[in-house]
Amino acid sequence: MLGLTKKDFTLFMVVLAMVALAPFILNPFPQGSSLAQMFNAGYPDLMQRFVIFGILVIGFNILFGLTGYLSFGHAAFLGVGSYSAVWMFKLLGMNVIPGILLSMVVAGIFALAIGYVSLRRSGIYFSILTLAFAQMSYNLAYSVLGNPTSNFNLTNGETGLQLLLTDPRVLGQSTTADGSLPVTNFFGIAMRDSYELRLGDWLFTFNAGYYLCGIIMLISFYISIRIFRSPFGMMLRAVKSNQQRMNYTGLNTKPYTLAAFVISGIYAGLAGGLLSSMDPLAGAERMHWTASGEIVIMAILGGVGTLIGPILGAGFNEYFKNILSKINDGVLHQWLGFLPDGVEDFLVTIIHPFVGKGWHLTLGLLFMVVIIFLPGGLVEGGKRLGRMIFGNPKRSTAEAEADAAEQRNTAAE
Amino acid sequence: MDQIILQFLNGLDKGSAYALIALGLTLIFGTLGVVNFAHGALFMIGAFCAVTLQRILTLSTIVEDPTKTDFLGNPAKISTPYVESWFGPEVGATLIDWSVPLAILFAIPIMVAIGFIMERGLIKHFYKRPHADQILVTFGLAIVLQEVIKAFYGANPIPTGAPEAFRGSFDFGVLIGFDPNAIIYPYWRMVYFAFAAVIIGAVFAFLQFTTFGMVVRAGMADRETVGLLGINIDRRFTIMFGIAAAVAGLAGVMYAPINSPNYHMGMDFLVLSFVVVVVGGMGSLPGAVLAGFLLGILEAFASMNEVKAIVPGIDQIIIYVVAIIIILARPRGLMGRRGVMEE
Repeated sequence: MLGLTKKDFTLFMVVLAMVALAPFILNPFPQGSSLAQMFNAGYPDLMQRFVIFGILVIGFNILFGLTGYLSFGHAAFLGVGSYSAVWMFKLLGMNVIPGILLSMVVAGIFALAIGYVSLRRSGIYFSILTLAFAQMSYNLAYSVLGNPTSNFNLTNGETGLQLLLTDPRVLGQSTTADGSLPVTNFFGIAMRDSYELRLGDWLFTFNAGYYLCGIIMLISFYISIRIFRSPFGMMLRAVKSNQQRMNYTGLNTKPYTLAAFVISGIYAGLAGGLLSSMDPLAGAERMHWTASGEIVIMAILGGVGTLIGPILGAGFNEYFKNILSKINDGVLHQWLGFLPDGVEDFLVTIIHPFVGKGWHLTLGLLFMVVIIFLPGGLVEGGKRLGRMIFGNPKRSTAEAEADAAEQRNTAAE
Repeated sequence: MDQIILQFLNGLDKGSAYALIALGLTLIFGTLGVVNFAHGALFMIGAFCAVTLQRILTLSTIVEDPTKTDFLGNPAKISTPYVESWFGPEVGATLIDWSVPLAILFAIPIMVAIGFIMERGLIKHFYKRPHADQILVTFGLAIVLQEVIKAFYGANPIPTGAPEAFRGSFDFGVLIGFDPNAIIYPYWRMVYFAFAAVIIGAVFAFLQFTTFGMVVRAGMADRETVGLLGINIDRRFTIMFGIAAAVAGLAGVMYAPINSPNYHMGMDFLVLSFVVVVVGGMGSLPGAVLAGFLLGILEAFASMNEVKAIVPGIDQIIIYVVAIIIILARPRGLMGRRGVMEE
């Protein structure tokens, strides 16, 4: 169906159901309970981040997962997309569609330029080149292009690019009737509009912006499945497993890798445009190379080269970032209250550096553990778990291990 | 002319730091074939060794002095560092004043130990894995190290002063026959440059003139053959990793007075150090040093107001632009050997 095999179609439907029902799935605890404070993630801001970063990592996976080229500068495209969308809101009007389209176009052109240069090298050189380009863009956005006193202030530097009441907005209005900034909308539906459904103690929020992002993510996901299953995707995989041999057969691989790079750049630009559409503010820190590192982390956590991995990775990263940063000493004491005081205090002292402001540490450790023991990420973890529980009647474990090892070796050769 | 010399000097201290970090990176890459994304974190840990030693030396006993009162009327508390009560106030004060240079001795064993643990405990298991995995695991390690330091020392920069004798600036111009006040240069940056030169010289001398260094160089050229000759090359490479970590750490220790250590200083330097390594040529030690100084000085020149007036913002991107041009025009880097990481 939809040009997909049965298996892929099922996967797509599962993702579709997850996206559609996310406000329910992510709000398992009744409103106001202490567990809800901590674990409920069904509020618009976070749900939007889930799907937007999903798009970003799906795009990154098309490059890294299929071709094996590890880009350490993908945040640059995210940043460029964000800035373009905000400029569209400043100049044209508050409808998100032109903003999103422009962010994709600009990020695509940007990716074409950077990719054309970077792809002349491969391996570590490619990673370092993309890193250098991204850091260069960050520096430019932070300083020269963002000097508020110059006539060429594209990024507004440290403050970040914001909407102003004096912006022209030729197709919309500069200010609303009551003198405030207009809000981003999709043909009249404001992105921040939410419908709240109360069922008993539970409160579910259905946010317009989230569903727009969700639909766009589903489209992106569908396109990524089609790319994975296409001859083009096959070619990219061939590049990954042995580029030299591809060249020996007389085939020029550059157009293929460049196309993959540009596609993944467009995905990143789209994600940036959506981020700006949800909250029309773009700052240079989105382009910093640690942001690029985070994209890599999300992709690895989920499972590189798999279809569902990027979505899992992005969701996992955002969700745990959110939870871990919320846990503080008070919460820990509450949770461990049943223990004797001495043990409780000891445990709180031990756990303290890993939660709250220290969530980076936990995610860093987790990332290392995944790289060391589970190079296939959550997807491989799930598969192994499934095999452990249900067994695999068709294949022996040794075979599966050999398979996994082979996959790993080809994964980033 | 004096402007040019001044910018040249300004470039030297940053260039020294780039050169030292790039030297360590290249040592690791040349011996073990691993790109160490955690090398910036080692630099940062070195700087925090200086902070730690200063804190240890200033550990104090607090005694209440009943004869004086503070502004609230309570008895004034007088803190005396332990070193002052042990060695007498003068020696103690000198020790505290000289804590940054002393931290060199303090940092060497720590950095070598960290290097050994890193190589034996983690990186050893990644030799057979793809380059991307090596990059990723060391990147993860860099995040973890950085966050551990943040958990212990907080997120704010910690000012760590140079010894009294080396604070302030001196008139360098007078020494080489310029007008007074034409070239004013801080003492400590001069010290840093001299220190970097000594360290770089020591590393090269060690590799060039000792049997150990000869074996390591042979191993860099052909690891397998050296192994076949019955030499335990792995152990020597581990030691080289320790040395590389120590070089990065020492660069960090001495950098502490120039730039107050904070937990992300390593990451800031790392990206540029990579660029330096690539420009110098992957695996080439002289290339790394040369490119380090070259890019440091270029950056200093680009930040002159006269240059910025012609091309605004050039100081922010000059290093990257040069790197991109060099990689495209001469992929091997300035002094890269044939066949190293060439595709």
